[in-house]
Amino acid sequence: MARMKFLCDDERCIECNACVTACKNENDVPWGVNRRRVVTLNDGQPGEKSISVACMHCTDPPCAAVCPVDCFYITEDGVVLHDKDLCIGCGYCFYACPFGAPQFPQDGAFGARGKMDKCTFCAGGPEEDLSEAEFEKYGRNRLAEGKLPLCAEMCSTKALLAGDGDIIADIFRERVVRRAGRDDDRKPPASPWGWGQAYGGKKP
Amino acid sequence: MKLIRRPLPQDDGQGMDRRTFLKGSGAAVGSSVLAGSLSFRMIRRAEAHEGHDHGDEVRQIKTVCTHCSVGCGVIAEVRNGVWMGQEPAFDHPFNLGAHCAKGASVREHGRGDKRLKYPLKKIDGRWRRISWEQAIEEIGAKLLTLREQSGPDSVYWLGSSKHNNEQAYLLRKFVALWGTNNVDHQARICHSTTVAGVANTWGYGAMTNSYNDIHNSRAILIIGGNPAEAHPVSMQHIFRAKEKGARLIVVDPRFTRTAAHADQYVRIRPGGDIPFVYGLLWHIFENGWENREFIKQRVYGMDAIRAETKKWPPEEVERVCGVPRDQVFQVARTLAEHRPGTVVWCMGITQHHHGNNQTRLLCILQLALGNMGVAGGGTNIFRGHDNVQGATDVGPNAHTLPGYYGLSEEAWRHWARVWDVDYDWLSARFDPAEYDDGKGGKARTMFQAGIPVSRWIDGVLEDKANLSQKDNIRAMIFWGHAPNSQTRGLEMKRAFEKLDLLVVIDPYPTVSAVMHERRDDTYLLPACTQFETRGSVTASNRSVQWRNRVIEPLFESQPDHVTMYQLAKKLGFAAELTKHIRVEEDEPVIEDILREINRGTWTIGYSGHSPERLKRQQENWHTFDTTTLKAEGGPCDGEYYGLPWPCWGTPELGHPGTPILYDLSKPVAGGGLPFRARFGVERDGVSLLAEGSYTRDSEIKDGYPEFSDALLKKLGWWDDLTPVEKQAAEGRNWKTDLSGGIQRVAIAHGCAPFGNAKARCVVWTFPDPVPVHREPIYSNRRDLVERYPTYADRGRFFRLPTRYASLQQIDFSHRFPLVMTSGRLVEYEGGGAETRSNPWLAELQQEMFVEVHPADANDAGLRHGGKVWVEGPEGGRILVTCFVTRRVPRGTVFMPFHFGGRWQGEDLQDRYPEGTAPYVRGESCNVVFTYGYDSVTMMQETKVSLCRLKREG
Repeated sequence: MARMKFLCDDERCIECNACVTACKNENDVPWGVNRRRVVTLNDGQPGEKSISVACMHCTDPPCAAVCPVDCFYITEDGVVLHDKDLCIGCGYCFYACPFGAPQFPQDGAFGARGKMDKCTFCAGGPEEDLSEAEFEKYGRNRLAEGKLPLCAEMCSTKALLAGDGDIIADIFRERVVRRAGRDDDRKPPASPWGWGQAYGGKKP
Repeated sequence: MKLIRRPLPQDDGQGMDRRTFLKGSGAAVGSSVLAGSLSFRMIRRAEAHEGHDHGDEVRQIKTVCTHCSVGCGVIAEVRNGVWMGQEPAFDHPFNLGAHCAKGASVREHGRGDKRLKYPLKKIDGRWRRISWEQAIEEIGAKLLTLREQSGPDSVYWLGSSKHNNEQAYLLRKFVALWGTNNVDHQARICHSTTVAGVANTWGYGAMTNSYNDIHNSRAILIIGGNPAEAHPVSMQHIFRAKEKGARLIVVDPRFTRTAAHADQYVRIRPGGDIPFVYGLLWHIFENGWENREFIKQRVYGMDAIRAETKKWPPEEVERVCGVPRDQVFQVARTLAEHRPGTVVWCMGITQHHHGNNQTRLLCILQLALGNMGVAGGGTNIFRGHDNVQGATDVGPNAHTLPGYYGLSEEAWRHWARVWDVDYDWLSARFDPAEYDDGKGGKARTMFQAGIPVSRWIDGVLEDKANLSQKDNIRAMIFWGHAPNSQTRGLEMKRAFEKLDLLVVIDPYPTVSAVMHERRDDTYLLPACTQFETRGSVTASNRSVQWRNRVIEPLFESQPDHVTMYQLAKKLGFAAELTKHIRVEEDEPVIEDILREINRGTWTIGYSGHSPERLKRQQENWHTFDTTTLKAEGGPCDGEYYGLPWPCWGTPELGHPGTPILYDLSKPVAGGGLPFRARFGVERDGVSLLAEGSYTRDSEIKDGYPEFSDALLKKLGWWDDLTPVEKQAAEGRNWKTDLSGGIQRVAIAHGCAPFGNAKARCVVWTFPDPVPVHREPIYSNRRDLVERYPTYADRGRFFRLPTRYASLQQIDFSHRFPLVMTSGRLVEYEGGGAETRSNPWLAELQQEMFVEVHPADANDAGLRHGGKVWVEGPEGGRILVTCFVTRRVPRGTVFMPFHFGGRWQGEDLQDRYPEGTAPYVRGESCNVVFTYGYDSVTMMQETKVSLCRLKREG
């Protein structure tokens, strides 16, 4: 079984917000709820970096660990989903999530979408696959249709990748190798954002 | 634990959802669907899952995005006539499935909550619903009255880059039959200086290579452009080159999102582009980096450039454009060491009062480096709107008929033959009187360029004694154009209020409906979008793509060509308009219009793009290579995607299109070309024809002039024509031979129909034959104004008095010390009526703002996020949010130009027809932007002006 992952290639992300809009379009996400956002560091200055962030579909999700009604579950594809019928909209998952993924409708905790809302990796929810109820509560189930999340599929520069973690890793590894081979005036050669932090050496 | 499910609350009415809208609109949807009251997308899902058959399949429809000129493929999913989903077109050669925020949101067009829903008329200050019949009747009658009183030039037809090619062409024809050249579209204020400057350098005024071809570049110089926001999908191609080793250099006053990805970023003073490029040339010549062989064979006048370059040593370059010597040298060295390299530019280069100089000098840079006519090289000029290229090529332009034929009698006679209308009848449609032509003579308005869109307000407000036409403009037809994209907002408001008649034909009311206080004689007619009709669209790289209709027109909206026909009926020239175009229930058949374009547009080779060929390509877009754009195998074998023009000859000739202009490595029949022989064969005794360079397989191994019947006879090729072709070609040339025979025979001998000449660095017909620097009209560098002044004022220019020196002489710099520039945001397009009405986009940019450097903010006592008045020297002032950032340099502020719907502090929401006000409204920066127009094309100067900041309260 695949283990689904997102990866945002910061060398390519241009903060165009296609991912955000594609998500809104595909899942009919209401104004004020942002399942995906583009985060920019050093905005307007040398070193400006953008990455697109949504639920990271953690292996050991802290949202699930703290949920008082235990509404979270992980699918066979490694996608973290939740049951809105169980959710009480308390927001404790929002405390726990390191990425700010859980969202809450602006028109009250029990708005049109109901309760907590977040990225589903376009995998719907606990309702029957491709059912009306599933769409109303969770948005579209593209995985069940054999497709991947639309945010990544429509990314303008192919910065945002989504899919089986092994395949994503292959694509990204190829890019890293190609860039390392780039006869580059810049010091150090372009390496993925955060690698300096992770592996030592000069921080980007 | 299982909690009890609570019923979900109803929609709060803040914008209808798709279901509510469909109920309300009574759109053609099966009643069984409505009865079920299900979300339409749900029904599909349920069906797909349960295998029920409601008799309505989900259909996937291929079309093309309607936002920018990249031309991204879109796959729409439609069921029961409702646009339910959007899938990525992974197999499309331009975007490979990718979209920007705007492209990812085009499905909203099928919802259109904020659209104009039916014709409206303002009666005593209130919007009233009327029928289409009443609207056409009343507007037509009024137009005929104005024509009677003030002549045909009193009506201005402002067309659009959002028309498809067929509509754009039909509108230009419509206006010709009405009898005026007072017609224009967005190209005037977007890339007109590019078209004029580039065409006058080497023949055609268009992007020479393609977005995809950038894969082959080893250096990419982006100057005055921000593709990360304006053309995001192009960045995919730029990154592919960069990751293979290409150097990315970005030159801009702002540290843009594109600059954030550059290998080298150069901060330049706004308006300092010419000194910077001469600075590059200085190092190139100094170090012998120019391509001497290329220059000798293919370039005229480079010596004049060398002479001018000597005036720009590094110290002077730094003094004028602010870039230090080592940075300029580094860029020059990178370009020299990384060939082929491409140059990309946009509005930062074009929107200046000497914009034509700027565009020409960048061409000259590429000529010096020998980067023209090669894969990976070229001038990759990114056009703006989705069909601004096509509308420029065949559509509504004030200075030319379709195909850049101009407005000479020969041009009119050519099109009269194509249209099969009597030339004398056509001529009689125009004002018979003659007026000052600005060149010391007099001419009829038929042969004079019309008033350009950038100056329509002067056409209304100027004393009519100073105009080269009978009377002022008294009626404006805004046919897909945002007024807030043009400068001098305060005067524009007065112009709107002075008009006898205002008609807005658009999917949205636009700012034209609200920025004035008109009470009567104002009409809003709902146009449908390009997703609700079909036709062809030309991307920036000259590729012509076919769009299918996705959905039927929403509400009471209708396609523009239908409205044109209905108006033509009322105005009395419908028969001439559609003489060889079938009309089905008031709809001129799009395919027939395209065939007429094919029959007449020989100059730029729009002659080979038959609807059949375009449709076949669209059906097989997956067969084209994503770098070369060439189809390998399959039904389109050997063709380039979109048959990039020129696609020579008749469709039957089967020309594959020209993917890279001026590429000698291919035969003309396979997409090769030399530079065009457009400027004669000699100048002051020096030959202008190419020397010893020619396209592959050319039978003439040297330069040659453009082809005509006489040249064919001289070469002994006349008898290659068929008898029918001979008859048509007699007395004609490659541009006017309607049989295409002259082109066919030239190409059969390996020759380009338009000749084989040198590109020229000296345009002796322009105000500045050699490109020179001139300070902006509103410059705060008074020391430089003295050394690099603007032009003298002109009495008549595009029919109007035009100011240069008299305005520049006034020193505003003490009271307005900050330089002001403008640009784009990725979420919005143009005047923003459409995109600010799209909730998915609007949510991402909710406030109009001004970017201010921290030092300037502190000097003015401003805080990040606070409100600030931006005030301009012509009296405009706007209240916007202060965005403190080092993205802009000290002394320069930046504003986006997409906002409208607020006016000098006031929200105009109440002036919109009910339910049509965009989600996001904001001040238009062009209320503050000022006078200043290009000396060749009347481009507005919106990239440099002056302003001051005042804290609110």
